[in-house]
Amino acid sequence: MIDSSPATLPAADPPAAGNPLSRRGNRARRKLQRSVEAAIRLALLAASTVAVLVTIGILGSLIVETARFFELVSPGEFFFGLRWSPQIALRADQVGSSGAFGAVPLFAGTLLITAISILVAGPIGLLAAIYTAFYADRRTRAVVKPALEILAGVPTVVYGFFAALIVAPVIRDLGTRIGLDVASESALAAGLVMGIMIIPIISSLSDDAITTIPKALRDSSYALGATRSETIIRAILPAALPGLVAAFLLAISRAIGETMIVVMAAGLAANLTANPLEAVTTVTVQIVTLLTGDQEFDSAKTLAAFALGLTLFIVTLGLNVIALQVSRNAKLRHG
Amino acid sequence: MTQLISERELPSAAAEPRTDAGGDIVKMSARGVNVYYGDVHAIQDVSLEISKDEVTALIGPSGCGKSTLLRCFNRMNDDIVGCRVTGDIRLDGEPIADSEMDVVELRARVGMVFQKPYPFPKSIVENVAYGQRIHGLAKKGAELDAVVENSLRGAGLWDEVRDRLDSPANSLSGGQQQRLCIARALAVNPEVILMDEPCSALDPIATAKVEELIDELRGEYAIAIVTHNLQQAARVSQKTAFFHMGELIEFGSTSEIFTNPKIQKTNDYITGRYG
Amino acid sequence: MRNCAMVDPKSHWQSQRFKSRLRRRNRFERQFRYLGIAAIALAGLSLSVLLVSVLANGLGATYRTEIALDIEFDPEILGIEVPGAGETAEITASADFRAVLRTSLMQRFPDAEGRSEVRELVALLSRGAAAELADRLVEDPALLGQRIEAWIPASDDVNFWLKSEAGDSGSNSRLSERQVAWIEALAADDRVARRFNGRFFSSGDSREPELAGIGGALIGSALTLLVTLAVSFPLGVAAAVYLEEFAPDNRWTRQLEININNLAAVPSIVFGLLGLAVFLGLFGMPRSAPVVGGLTLALMTLPVIIIASRASIAAVPFWIRESARGLGASPVQVVAHQVLPIAMPGIVTGTLLGLARAMGETAPLLMIGMVAFIVDVPTNFTDAASALPVQIFLWADSPERGFVEKVSGAILVLLALLGILNGAAILLRQKFEQHW
Repeated sequence: MIDSSPATLPAADPPAAGNPLSRRGNRARRKLQRSVEAAIRLALLAASTVAVLVTIGILGSLIVETARFFELVSPGEFFFGLRWSPQIALRADQVGSSGAFGAVPLFAGTLLITAISILVAGPIGLLAAIYTAFYADRRTRAVVKPALEILAGVPTVVYGFFAALIVAPVIRDLGTRIGLDVASESALAAGLVMGIMIIPIISSLSDDAITTIPKALRDSSYALGATRSETIIRAILPAALPGLVAAFLLAISRAIGETMIVVMAAGLAANLTANPLEAVTTVTVQIVTLLTGDQEFDSAKTLAAFALGLTLFIVTLGLNVIALQVSRNAKLRHG
Repeated sequence: MTQLISERELPSAAAEPRTDAGGDIVKMSARGVNVYYGDVHAIQDVSLEISKDEVTALIGPSGCGKSTLLRCFNRMNDDIVGCRVTGDIRLDGEPIADSEMDVVELRARVGMVFQKPYPFPKSIVENVAYGQRIHGLAKKGAELDAVVENSLRGAGLWDEVRDRLDSPANSLSGGQQQRLCIARALAVNPEVILMDEPCSALDPIATAKVEELIDELRGEYAIAIVTHNLQQAARVSQKTAFFHMGELIEFGSTSEIFTNPKIQKTNDYITGRYG
Repeated sequence: MRNCAMVDPKSHWQSQRFKSRLRRRNRFERQFRYLGIAAIALAGLSLSVLLVSVLANGLGATYRTEIALDIEFDPEILGIEVPGAGETAEITASADFRAVLRTSLMQRFPDAEGRSEVRELVALLSRGAAAELADRLVEDPALLGQRIEAWIPASDDVNFWLKSEAGDSGSNSRLSERQVAWIEALAADDRVARRFNGRFFSSGDSREPELAGIGGALIGSALTLLVTLAVSFPLGVAAAVYLEEFAPDNRWTRQLEININNLAAVPSIVFGLLGLAVFLGLFGMPRSAPVVGGLTLALMTLPVIIIASRASIAAVPFWIRESARGLGASPVQVVAHQVLPIAMPGIVTGTLLGLARAMGETAPLLMIGMVAFIVDVPTNFTDAASALPVQIFLWADSPERGFVEKVSGAILVLLALLGILNGAAILLRQKFEQHW
């Protein structure tokens, strides 16, 4: 038994027992040590609160600037307006630059590119995870998994270069050859390349979700005479569904917040279209466009970027929280 | 030692039911079976048969290879990387090797129940209907309902779940889940049921129910059960095979093995000298 | 108790219906398997196309086309006073190296007459050629008055003409017929060559592709990452130590954990907005400075380091703490002397991976203005600077054709650096991986 009551403390410290002087010294030292320890603990606590401060900082700065933006442009216009043209007239008589801040075309463009990327990455990532978990031998796994990790480690600016200078021209040429008119900054090119970027996210998270399903479930299905594919489709995937949903939600969140690929490969024109061959613009593209170069900090233009940023933050955070919740529930169920 | 089938039977003889020395009809036979896990020789030259209308118990200390052998009868070892099985295993005289029989057909005819019950994350009905659906057995809804009811009755679970067939299978108790897994196996209409320590995760009351069930099923199916519980083997089985270090030490009628073993090692194990 | 609704089961397994169904099922099984292989092949194909296209373009970035000319550093043409004996020449800013180059070219091609022809002749050379020549004379003033053969960088148009000539001639070349004739004459004399371009690694950005280098961006990245490391490593480790070793298990702690996990998934551009609003707006720090970029990336890297460090600290077995405590060590001593040294390889691995991510990050740096066109190589944390990924972005956006090659070259360098960081992390993990 451990007894930490003060009465037994001196006994636990034999060298100090005989000499009253050193005992006093010890006590002082112990006191000093205790205050040093307390200081260190306080410092550690402070360090851990930095993460919260960052969150508060993000929320605070975004909310403050957004509030100022909404003084100039009504939230109704921002969230439901169909026209985005943030050029503010320099002179009153300037033509065509009224400055419209309807963000719907941006949301639609973001969704279009995200949808394309998930359509690409979803099946490929999921099937790759299934293959490595159920079919591949150890050697194949040892090659495939690091290769996917490389794909995940490539900086997004490189994907952007790939999309803008290599994939987009190819798609345009192909389109022209079969008689389609493809914009040089088509949503398709950006979406395709973003899909490639997202493959490793989906495959590794799906792999986690699939491999946490106990082997017993797999065996139960095999023992009933189900083939591997039947077992996967009818038993494993339903059991892993929460984890898979979480994987897709995180991937969507990542796609929505991705910046460089769309900045480099998607357009600036805020077209409200569902045609992947046309150019669309996204929330992140507009944030970058509005804020790069020397801007006046207080103009509606720069403030609009913060409103877009707040929207982006809330949406991605929401997706993330839901994904974590879903996968936590799944973990509870599978023990 | 025990009597094994001495002559190699030709597949043409499959039509005639063969019997062992005791007069029981042989449902499955294993001859000269070896199993290797990488370099480990897990099963050494084992020959054994599972009789129709009887329960055959496989006993022995843990790691003796009894589960491994059981898994040979429906080729569950196929799915284990690095596992190699040699020897001749037959179902009704037909060889079950990969080149001879599709594993899907084999597993449909030879069902298996595992140590820990693991229902699919579906409703009770869908768990039982799983095999029917993948094999395309029942066509109409009413037909499927009948099969589900029969299987659940067969597993002694019908009265407990008839009112909540559509609730998730996970909501059942451990013992009920194990009987659901038995019902799931019965629904495919197997000829043989392999049970790998089916009661080791259950409480005594649930165990008693499952043992009762095994006794009832005996008339319809050939049953092989792996157990580490000697009393259970004595209670439910008619034949017992004792394994040690991957070898079949003794195989005979349960009463004989438990009362009058011919081999000292068996006696030592039965009387609890080791295990 | 047989399932009465069914035919005799045995006959079912042998029935034609079951057999054909079985064939279908096995066919589907094969197709499903091929589908998996196809998915992996597709992912692998994208990866290889990406890498190959970057490699194929990028290796050229370290080479440039140069023309060998006979250069006479004639003080008269330069407009420099001839130094007396024992004195070194003073190379003034007004020294006209362009005239030296022009004279050299005109001597070589006396047929060029008139202003426009001479202008075309001079256009064969890079606009930065004069500056390079000046550097050479500054380095070695003894060259004044001498005549040497020097390799002078050719213009981007010449570079492209030479490259496209290899493929299909007569493509959309920007060279005039006369210029082509001159180049061909020089080439026939072995005076045109692709030569290794060391300046690519040392010089700053430039409007001219043949002069642009990643030196400035590399230094900018290094300065930025130093700030990132200096801020996020101590903070991250301290936070992880607190959460693993000292934090009470209460609501506040759990909120903190959730907060950190969520922060790790916030889009990087949002961190850029934070940096813009707080560091630039609120604190008034300088735009485009590595210190601001580093701080912004540090906030982004912080959750990564905390999560990795916590995992590493949590993996230290409990008995090590117990036995240290049993010897009378205080909780802080246990952490400092026992837990942290054991957890350190894992922490460093996580930090390296976090830094690798920060190194490839572009969007937050755009927000805080590290995207300006900067020619000078930065020398301290508050200089205006660029970073390697931002440089890639700038060049990729540039209309000059020569920059495609530069972009690929810069990407290669970035990927190589990331490979080194990640490789070091993996090595470290393998070397110190402990199993308790």
